[in-house]
Amino acid sequence: MSPRAACRLATLGFTQVYDYVPGKVDWLARNQPVEGTAADTPTIGRHLRQEVTTARPDEIISQVRARVARSAHRFALVTTADDILLGRLRAAALDDTDPTQAVGEVMEAGPSTLRPHEPAAAIKDRLINKGLTYAIVADPDGRLLGTVHPSDL
Amino acid sequence: MTPVLYPALRRLLDDGAQLIEVLPVGEYTEMHLPGAVNIPLKTLDATTTAGLHLARPVIVYCWDGL
Repeated sequence: MSPRAACRLATLGFTQVYDYVPGKVDWLARNQPVEGTAADTPTIGRHLRQEVTTARPDEIISQVRARVARSAHRFALVTTADDILLGRLRAAALDDTDPTQAVGEVMEAGPSTLRPHEPAAAIKDRLINKGLTYAIVADPDGRLLGTVHPSDL
Repeated sequence: MTPVLYPALRRLLDDGAQLIEVLPVGEYTEMHLPGAVNIPLKTLDATTTAGLHLARPVIVYCWDGL
């Protein structure tokens, strides 16, 4: 729809016309604010925990293990320097792996993620029904935004 | 017409670009980007755009570009 609108504007004499092609859904998926009657609808983006332990793929397990031990969670998320999510280290991997191994060698690659504009109530039900204690939330570029936990929703 | 992604959108908005949601009024009323005006595609003409500046950047968006 927006490409047609952009062409229409050009025919009307507008000289600098831009089309935000990814649209409103992209904006919402980046956890950006909105206006309108439904702007206050509870979403998981409002309940993000951002204190999750992160690690780089070239770190060794022992370094990450120490940070996770000091954190509130039993896992770590593996990211690039600019926060792109690469993988996850579950508790079992942290506990049972040779501590000299690199994170990138043992991480679970490509964990599932949610977008922050998903409705809080539906996600809470889904997590509980699946017996999950948290979900990872990322933006459309794969950038880690945080985690969401049923008890927070 | 120039397609833009989120980073360019932010720069344009920071520079004062005009922002138009072209979805129907009901969808706009429920939720829209801050500062956007609503001109549904079916009503987009010289009259409904008369309040906009022809020479200033203008950005359009819908739900997902389709």
